[in-house]
Amino acid sequence: MEAAELWEITLRSLWVAGAATFLAALPAVPLGLWLALRGGGGLWGRVLLYAGMALPSVVVGLFLYLLLSRSGPLGFLGLLYTPYAMVLAEAVLAFPLIASFVLSGARGRVEEVRLLVRSLGGKEAQVLPTLFGESRRTLAAALAAGFGGAISEVGAATLVGGDIRHHTRVLTTAIVVETRKGELEAALALGMVLLGVALLVTALLVLLERE
Amino acid sequence: MRPVLRAEGLRHRRGGFALEVGSLEVHPGEVLAVLGPSGSGKTTLLRLLADLLPPEEGRVEGGFRVYLPQSPPLLRRSVLENAAFGLRLHGVPKGEAHRRAKAMLERVGLGPRAHQAAHTLSGGEAVRLALARTLLVDPEVLLLDEPTASLDPSHVARVEDLLREAAREGRGVVLATHDLFQARRLAGRVLFLLQGQVVELADAPSFFQRPKDPRSRAFLEGRLF
Repeated sequence: MEAAELWEITLRSLWVAGAATFLAALPAVPLGLWLALRGGGGLWGRVLLYAGMALPSVVVGLFLYLLLSRSGPLGFLGLLYTPYAMVLAEAVLAFPLIASFVLSGARGRVEEVRLLVRSLGGKEAQVLPTLFGESRRTLAAALAAGFGGAISEVGAATLVGGDIRHHTRVLTTAIVVETRKGELEAALALGMVLLGVALLVTALLVLLERE
Repeated sequence: MRPVLRAEGLRHRRGGFALEVGSLEVHPGEVLAVLGPSGSGKTTLLRLLADLLPPEEGRVEGGFRVYLPQSPPLLRRSVLENAAFGLRLHGVPKGEAHRRAKAMLERVGLGPRAHQAAHTLSGGEAVRLALARTLLVDPEVLLLDEPTASLDPSHVARVEDLLREAAREGRGVVLATHDLFQARRLAGRVLFLLQGQVVELADAPSFFQRPKDPRSRAFLEGRLF
């Protein structure tokens, strides 16, 4: 594999996983905080959310494939076998990860923050933004988990992305292709790049959290 | 003089515990000490007066009041941002809130620590910071839950000075404390609670010198826990 193609695949992996994490975080962070404020969302709410972390990625990929295929309800969007479909699939998988991390991290601070806001004459509606500001460490961990889940995903990405060279091939799908071809050295090299990228992004998030 | 806080026929129940307070008034500039053994209902009373707990019966009315819990929560931010937090909650713009918070931090002796992380403060400094944050929102009534419970004597003295100042400024101060000496030093009146019931509400000198109820006497003599 040429260096230029390796760069292309790496950058595509980064943007697909980054966009998926961002897309998932938009609803997942407020949901996690809201559930924390409501006492954790009840036993079944938590069971559902935590079960979401174990969602089989090929099943998610299959559902999205059925939705996005030409004869599916969203087929008119023409998203199947594009990086956008991969973003959607990875966002679905990252969503429960991020929401669960935010919920677990924020739950322990809710009563303290609520008491602080209310005891100073603040309104209940001001508890959520305060809790958001206080959950920076949790947010960093949640985003790292979501990004880690997204960038290491292969099943759904293959199903809805199709692993098309120069179009939808990412690090994980490229590793599968190279292994199947017997190009184990190339597969290993791609694996190292994937590990390096995951480590780098996580380190960045941890640094941000410390700032 | 018009009271800054008035409670009438308060009743609150939680599990097997019930708190009942018939009638209570706090006047501007007054320090009312709430005494009683652990579990007598001091914290519950303060939270009812602060509108943090809904009473089952009765009502609380009066001016703007704030509550300082025994372990005041601090935000994971700087000392200055913590001090300014109450003002920000009440819509004061950031620049103005920080300017006023800086002045208040100087007043409570935390000026040099304004930019350090709040969690690095000692226990006594944390209480002074919480008190500064509370005073900044300009309450008419301060409801304080054992603010000096775990402080060394030098910090206790500084906190007490701040409470005297707050009362001199015309605020009503309701202070739950286990420290009888502190109640003697600060309070004009004392409310003695036992198992959720008001045993005695009296002027501080008469409560300490001539308690009317035998249970008050037993408490003062350390025979009631």
